[in-house]
Amino acid sequence: MSSPISSQPPQQAPAAPTHPAPQAPAAQPQAPQWQGGVPAPTTYTSPIPIRSTHLGHALASEWTKIRSVRSTMWTLGVMFLLVIGIGLMTAVGLASSEYTQVPLLSGGLFGLMLGQICIVTLGVLVITSEYGTGMIRTTMTACPARGRVLAAKAVVFFGLSFTMTLIATTLTALIQSAMLGGRPAGEFSSLPQESIVNGEVIATNSEWLAATVGAALYVALLGLLALAVGAMLRHSAGAITTMLGVILLPLLLALFMQMESLRDLQEFLVEYSPLNGLATLYQLPFMGEEGSGNGWGLLGGLAVVTVAALAGAFALTHKRDV
Amino acid sequence: MIELEGLTKRYGEKVAVNDLTFAVRPGIVTGFLGPNGAGKSTTMRMMLGLDNPTAGDVRIDGRHYAQIKHPLKYIGALLDAKAMHGGRSAYNHLLCLAQSNGIPDSRVREVLDTVGLTAVAKKKAKGFSLGMGQRLGIAGALLGDPQILMFDEPVNGLDPEGIHWIRNLMKGLAAQGRTVFVSSHLMSEMALTADHLVVIGQGRLLADMSMADFIRQNSRSYVRLRSPQQERLRDVLHAEGITAVEAGNGTLEVDGTPVERLGELAARHSLVLHELSPQQASLEEAFMQLTAESVEYHAHSDTRAPDTSGWQQSNQQWSQKREQ
Repeated sequence: MSSPISSQPPQQAPAAPTHPAPQAPAAQPQAPQWQGGVPAPTTYTSPIPIRSTHLGHALASEWTKIRSVRSTMWTLGVMFLLVIGIGLMTAVGLASSEYTQVPLLSGGLFGLMLGQICIVTLGVLVITSEYGTGMIRTTMTACPARGRVLAAKAVVFFGLSFTMTLIATTLTALIQSAMLGGRPAGEFSSLPQESIVNGEVIATNSEWLAATVGAALYVALLGLLALAVGAMLRHSAGAITTMLGVILLPLLLALFMQMESLRDLQEFLVEYSPLNGLATLYQLPFMGEEGSGNGWGLLGGLAVVTVAALAGAFALTHKRDV
Repeated sequence: MIELEGLTKRYGEKVAVNDLTFAVRPGIVTGFLGPNGAGKSTTMRMMLGLDNPTAGDVRIDGRHYAQIKHPLKYIGALLDAKAMHGGRSAYNHLLCLAQSNGIPDSRVREVLDTVGLTAVAKKKAKGFSLGMGQRLGIAGALLGDPQILMFDEPVNGLDPEGIHWIRNLMKGLAAQGRTVFVSSHLMSEMALTADHLVVIGQGRLLADMSMADFIRQNSRSYVRLRSPQQERLRDVLHAEGITAVEAGNGTLEVDGTPVERLGELAARHSLVLHELSPQQASLEEAFMQLTAESVEYHAHSDTRAPDTSGWQQSNQQWSQKREQ
């Protein structure tokens, strides 16, 4: 497909030397319709075929965007390093003891608690970097359906962060299982019955599912919440700080609520703190016995909050000036 | 054809764009002129559906921007050179735009070539100079080979060669029958590119006329005379019924008499002339007079500013002329 646009100046300016763009003196064929004196047609018709745009186009565009900036590589790289590195160190530490006292796959939790910050950061940056640089005006001009832009961003980011986190959590779970599996449970272990077979600690299928798919879903949803918060606040630092507050504040506040009168509130904050949701998926809930609860309920709760935040982001994005 | 009707944008108390009504016609370059802060960019953002108007409407061939199913193939816009992610390469920046409108990847290389950025296609936009940023922005506008093009201050930051290139690009695009709408705060720049002129100041429409009309109505031509025998020269001119105005420094200015006739008169009366020159008031002066009252940010300096006291008067004359 050739375009009639040429880098050569038209011929009706003979006094000035003809110079193509200085960076690339590429000689292009002269466009005959630029010769002086040709009466202008009333409208211009492009040789490029016209197709109506749809979500698929927006998805392709957002995929190009997310893979072509360095922050994506950095945040995902650091996430892998934290999740697998800390997972490995935890496994090494636990392997030095003769007995296994904790749920088999729970060693993956500590790395992921830090690694989730990377996913949250990426979620925020996916949207706020566009507002910060002014790219959003170009984006919204190319695709005036603002809801479509936001939806494409959400889908692409969620898909990428879920896949990457799933790989990281699965590798970590395999490391825990390989290094700690088949060892005897401690005498005073509080592990649930089904996790101990013939005196050896194993991970049940539901434990495997929760520690891999469950944990990855949880972190990707948290990232999606961060994206929604970013779309509402339009400011990288503000949105990242807000998300850190959401993740850490409930536990911090609960720490200072030691009075008897606040006991209910304290328990509520601990139970519904985002970190507890992740810990429960690894069978290490902050409240109650180890191995109690499965964390899927809290995951559902996070999903509801995320959907609500996304709805807010959609409404605001439609209403506000870009 | 882009039609604006009563377009208004208010930010709280401040009115950025005030009841603008005009049309941008196809096949010509329409210049959109106004001092800094006149509301040009706000108007263009509303045309592209980025900002919601407080009142009024913009229609592009009868439709709102958001209703266009393939926007880049319909309208290409350069809003500001830095409206891109600095960490992305020029190629990827254009690629994500192309993909969002289903434009083939091959077109990205074509426009990079058109604006002369092929050599730096893989470089991050962060390292680009303002001029290169403008070129990349223009490449984005040309991506869909659209029939309508909008450029907001495209020559900003360009070197003379780049300015020359932009001028010819715009003329060429209009000659192909496209609608070209370009904003600027430089009258001299517009005089070279635009066929039609829309002038705004403080968000209000000040002029909407062809460039030729604007030049005809706003460029006063006169003859400047300087002579050691000024008294005699005045008498001679007076006797011929020619009005001469003293302009200081021993010069006289004469309106509406050809320079040849004045020269012949002086020769016939054996008058010594030190200067006999045709003069033309610049369009820049006309533009400054037109917008003087609406300039938002005045600079104060000791040197004498261009005379703007006659604004009211000249503007009245000008509107009378317009009505005729």
